[in-house]
Amino acid sequence: MTMETKKLKKVDIIFENIPGLSYSILEKTIKRNPDDIILDLIDSGLKGRGGAGFPTGLKWKFTKNEDNPVKYVICNADEGEPGTFKDREIIERVPDKILTGIAICGYVIGAKEGYIYLRGEYNFLLKNLVKRVEEFNAFLKKIHLDFKVMIRSGSGAYVCGEESALFESMEGYRGEPRNKPPYPTVAGYNWKPTVINNVETLVFATMICHMGPEKFKKLGTTDSRGSKVFSVSGDTPIPGIYELELGMPLHRFVEEFGDGDTKAVQIGGASGFCVTRKKFNDTIIGFEGIPTGGSMMIFNSSRSMYNILHDYLEFFCEESCGQCTPCRIGCQQLLKGIEAVKRGERPPSYLEELKKLTATMKIASKCGLGQSVGNPFNSIVDNFREEIIY
Amino acid sequence: MSTTEVLISELVEKHGRTRNSLMPILQGIVQQEKFLSEDAMVSVARELNISAADVFGTASFYTFLDTVPRGKNVIRVCKTISCHMKNKDEIIRALENALKIKVGETTHDKEYTLLTANCLGWCHKGPVMLINDEVYPELTPESALKIVNEHMHSK
Repeated sequence: MTMETKKLKKVDIIFENIPGLSYSILEKTIKRNPDDIILDLIDSGLKGRGGAGFPTGLKWKFTKNEDNPVKYVICNADEGEPGTFKDREIIERVPDKILTGIAICGYVIGAKEGYIYLRGEYNFLLKNLVKRVEEFNAFLKKIHLDFKVMIRSGSGAYVCGEESALFESMEGYRGEPRNKPPYPTVAGYNWKPTVINNVETLVFATMICHMGPEKFKKLGTTDSRGSKVFSVSGDTPIPGIYELELGMPLHRFVEEFGDGDTKAVQIGGASGFCVTRKKFNDTIIGFEGIPTGGSMMIFNSSRSMYNILHDYLEFFCEESCGQCTPCRIGCQQLLKGIEAVKRGERPPSYLEELKKLTATMKIASKCGLGQSVGNPFNSIVDNFREEIIY
Repeated sequence: MSTTEVLISELVEKHGRTRNSLMPILQGIVQQEKFLSEDAMVSVARELNISAADVFGTASFYTFLDTVPRGKNVIRVCKTISCHMKNKDEIIRALENALKIKVGETTHDKEYTLLTANCLGWCHKGPVMLINDEVYPELTPESALKIVNEHMHSK
């Protein structure tokens, strides 16, 4: 089977900023039948842009189908994955497009309240965002849409980007993830049916309502429709935020953004996968290959992959909520383990024991944090074993 | 009533007495006082009719809801991978020397606390630091010192 591959193509859907456009999209869209809007979203193939990639149209549909007078829309702006910084830029540059997406969702599912959960590290965005939200709420009143957007702040906890931990935080508790099911579409914020979408996903929802699913579908591949905003950092002469068509092979990405000496790319942040040079040609960036919330960290040959893995593990040790044992203890043991191998206190074969531990963490951890620590661990240990040992 | 109690009653008035208003209330106290004292947490518990242990349990989960005294200004230098690759250690060392404190400590005049933070979301413009809510990207040791110096003299 030959995979469908794409060239690297820059796109401008997210940041295109035409004054007043969002408001007119909203006015036009809320005259439509909610089921038709859902059909358009499903047809577009839009999948969540936060990393997990759940089909957005289905999420809205499931929540709409719940028979409950109280429902919520939440915009997850708790962007904490190392290497990801696109949501900050979207909030800064096109807040109205996000607000419009929230209101359209509210209209579709039958919610009266929407929230933006903004990470505490982005408090400096609040001043402008509060103003835009006030203007937007006034506009909603004017067009007689019974919906209101509010802002809630985070306080520096990576795990609160996990949707159920985010609800706990909004409800005034420790940000500890819940067991699933029930899923948020059934029992989310305040245990009511909730759509929780990433910032970028909501903007795409707005734009699909504007341009129609056909135009969106033309971009990307069968499994990965549309474009995506990438956060590019590390050893690159041009770090920054780029909207690119999905489904491109990694080597094209490296040609564009690498510094000529790229030895590995970490796709999807600290919880993502490390891909080495020899796999650049047959790695697709998209849901059929390696999906990503947008984080692309480039490492050149001057970097020690041991140091990089060490940094990731320290990050997870600190950010694990501590609720479930496999994640709390697992992260610490992985960190101590590679340190012991490096110092020669443990034989290289100990790495196999640690890999078994990541398999346990994947099965037994309650949320995505503990489940995904094995992604960077195994992909770095397998590809750069010598660097970890010596 | 102490100033903290006045502040808490204002925050409770604004955000309400439900458990859902706990985070905004605690954030409001930290905004003004930079940390949550035992007295503050006990009064919040009383106002919301929940146990003080519940308030402390929630607060102590969050990095930005400090439960130990902090200076009037809190500096947080990002220590995560991209900033590490761009020499955040030099920034921290320069600030430690200038403020004559180590990471985690507060200056004697109680003006500045120096902390590190996990990814602040500026990986393309590292190293980066926050002074309170304000962000300062693309630092060099020299520019970091200049920024802190100007901050000291801007009051």
